[in-house]
Amino acid sequence: MKTTAITGKLSVTKVMFKVMLGLVPGIIAYVYYFGPAILVSLAIASLTALLAEIFLLLIRRKPVWPFASDLSALLTAWLLALSMPPLSPWWLTAMATLFAIVIAKHIFGGLGYNPFNPAMAGFAAALIAYPSPMSHWSPPNEIASTRVEFRDQLNHIFPEFANKRFVIDAESMATPLDTLKVHISTKEKIDDFSYMPIFGKLAGKGTEMIALAYLLGGLFLWQQRLITWHLPVAFLATMAGLAEIFHLIDPTKHASAIFHLFGGATMLGAFFIITDPVSAATTPRGKLIFAAGAALLTFVIRVFGGYPDGVAFAVLFMNMCAPLIDAYTIPPVFGRKPKKSTAKAAP
Amino acid sequence: MIRKLFAFHGGIHPPAHKTESTVRPILHAPLPSQLVVPLKQHAGEAAISIVNIGNTVLKGQIIGKPASIMSAAVHAPTSGTISAIEQRLVPSADGHRDVCITIDVDGKDQAIDFKPYPFEQKSRHEVLEYLQAMGIVGLGGAVFPSAAKLMADHGQPIHALIINGSECEPYISCDSMLMRERPDDVVSGVAMLQRLCDARNVMIAIEDNKPEAIAAMEIAARKHGGGFQIVTLPTVYPSGGAKQLIKLLTDIEVPGGRHAPEYGVQCFNSGTAYSIFRAIALGEPVITRIITVAGNVRTPQNYEACLGMSFRELLDLAKEESDTDGHIVGGPLMGYRIDTPDMPLVKSANCIIATSPKLFPPAPPALPCIRCGQCVEACPADLLPHDMYWYAKSKNLERAADYSVRDCIECGACNYVCPSRIPLSQYFKQAKISLAEQDRSAAFADASLQRVERREERLARLQNEKTSDVSSQKTTSTHAETDLKNAAVQAALARARARRAGQNDSTS
Repeated sequence: MKTTAITGKLSVTKVMFKVMLGLVPGIIAYVYYFGPAILVSLAIASLTALLAEIFLLLIRRKPVWPFASDLSALLTAWLLALSMPPLSPWWLTAMATLFAIVIAKHIFGGLGYNPFNPAMAGFAAALIAYPSPMSHWSPPNEIASTRVEFRDQLNHIFPEFANKRFVIDAESMATPLDTLKVHISTKEKIDDFSYMPIFGKLAGKGTEMIALAYLLGGLFLWQQRLITWHLPVAFLATMAGLAEIFHLIDPTKHASAIFHLFGGATMLGAFFIITDPVSAATTPRGKLIFAAGAALLTFVIRVFGGYPDGVAFAVLFMNMCAPLIDAYTIPPVFGRKPKKSTAKAAP
Repeated sequence: MIRKLFAFHGGIHPPAHKTESTVRPILHAPLPSQLVVPLKQHAGEAAISIVNIGNTVLKGQIIGKPASIMSAAVHAPTSGTISAIEQRLVPSADGHRDVCITIDVDGKDQAIDFKPYPFEQKSRHEVLEYLQAMGIVGLGGAVFPSAAKLMADHGQPIHALIINGSECEPYISCDSMLMRERPDDVVSGVAMLQRLCDARNVMIAIEDNKPEAIAAMEIAARKHGGGFQIVTLPTVYPSGGAKQLIKLLTDIEVPGGRHAPEYGVQCFNSGTAYSIFRAIALGEPVITRIITVAGNVRTPQNYEACLGMSFRELLDLAKEESDTDGHIVGGPLMGYRIDTPDMPLVKSANCIIATSPKLFPPAPPALPCIRCGQCVEACPADLLPHDMYWYAKSKNLERAADYSVRDCIECGACNYVCPSRIPLSQYFKQAKISLAEQDRSAAFADASLQRVERREERLARLQNEKTSDVSSQKTTSTHAETDLKNAAVQAALARARARRAGQNDSTS
């Protein structure tokens, strides 16, 4: 029997673990700027994802240990929790996670078979079903008028268990992207409201630092050769290019490229969301098309659409196109490239 | 020598495990009491036995003559008596049996009169026939008859002769030990090959993790003065794959299904050059080879052993450990497992590895493909293994062919990097086998169709001859009928051709 008797050290578990490791700087920044509530969301999503994964493996009669230990469900949970408002009630986080694991992942065949990015599918489901809590974002600590303690955050996540007398209404507010959109829609000029405390040096206060941390984590993934440059570079370049074009045309109505790169879910999307290999294009040229398409759609939804950010819907739409993109971008194989040396030497 | 190299895409860096077997010099394995010599130790047709049971044979005596140009002679590795000619298990990926000649060794090791071959005075054709009669085949693993390789005329002068001393697969060290210990002989063999190829440019390629072999060959090449370049390659598997090596050295990519000489390049293994030297300078046919015995043995070692000696005896010499649970012939990436080491050493076997659960832990169950693309990054043939896998697994051969599964060189780099531990290249090998069968049956159908066409024509002609005397009107009508028939046949043929052309196109 022909055999490959040795294998490298990489395993699915390691892949997932390293991606989660890449998220850690972002999570630390999140905690620093928005308080520890995100850790609770992460825990809720993780627990839900693991239980759902094990339950579904059992009813699908799949071996539980090799699949449940691959960390893929946990990674989905983390990406989802990091995409949702940090003070989302526990049931919303749990529902979105259940949707991601049960509907987006296992209904389609589980690990490796999901045509859609599970985290984004869960996010989109939550956004459509519960638009109101999905738009309750909290302000970063440095601009909040009253400092929201962890206990207060917990009260928001678990309203049922809150001692009503002590509930402080934590401020909820829109994201920087949303603020921008609302103000532009009232015909205000960007320069007239850019002094608002929600805006930082690059994009939004706090969120811009989280975006930087995601960029750092993303570079780690690239250095570890878990992702190639194609997806993030094409995504960020398209986003920056589009933003810059519109910004040049009318700077009073359109934010700068920097704002779009460090605002919203751009960085998380570029390095952690569109790089989900199962649901993305995989050929080198296909990756470029896939990422550019996702960036274009994100930008269009952000600027012209009904939602403040568009990464989730853009990614889901591009997921649908991925098989087609791959089929039309098969790279030439060894010896069949249109290249001078081979062509010249051919008899 | 510094030479610009042209990196091929992909490749992997597995642990080399070569130092274990290179700390000791090549040892001569003692003569066993019995040798089992298969008649087919090369690609192509098996040699034809020219001995009978009971015959006594001398060392170097021919016992199987080449069946055609795509064949090579087989010789008695030592003196003794033929005790059996029968089907025996031979080393192979599918574990099949083949005709073997068993020699009961008499221990005297009496040889026929080995005479140097007057190489310079002979025509090229005579030399090639001589090499075939001496059983010279490619010793890098493919065992392609060297004479056939040199004889084929591709209408292209050979501008580069590449000697493959890369030895990129882990554990195997027979070529590097050969180049370390007998560099002058290897270089002499290279000079002979250069003469046969009429190549201007000669490059001897060795990976940079074999500095001793490089140093020895540098000295030998300088001494010889033939202007041979010793090219140091970066250590990356599979730099020793012929097509990858040619790309590295010349930037020429030889497509799947094409041969290097069509592009003006010939590539030979360093061991082959050495055996050519032995055949011409000493008159000795290929009756021994150097094999690395490695893995779960106490003294990993290279042995120069008689062909036909059993692997078990070699493993005993290297003191196989008791917890051995299997054996691999060849390297751990491209080799194959054998059920029992009671099989003869053959020309293709450059390495035998004893495995143990500790050294080669059993693969965990494969997980689904997550399309992570590690295989795409590793594939030296620029394929998309993860996509090909879907089609190969679901036996969708047409689509697998669209993804150029035929161009897979089965190097196993994808298996090595796959985080889901999917034995990808096994699926590709299976798909290639099925596609080859399909091609064969398509060719058969074509041939049948042509036979039918010729028969129709013949019948029509006879009919015409018969009716030519009858009234002209009738003749016309018969002609019309025949024309109709012919047209139908032609149409069917055209359809078949189009179908085949379509298949071929989709792979190119």
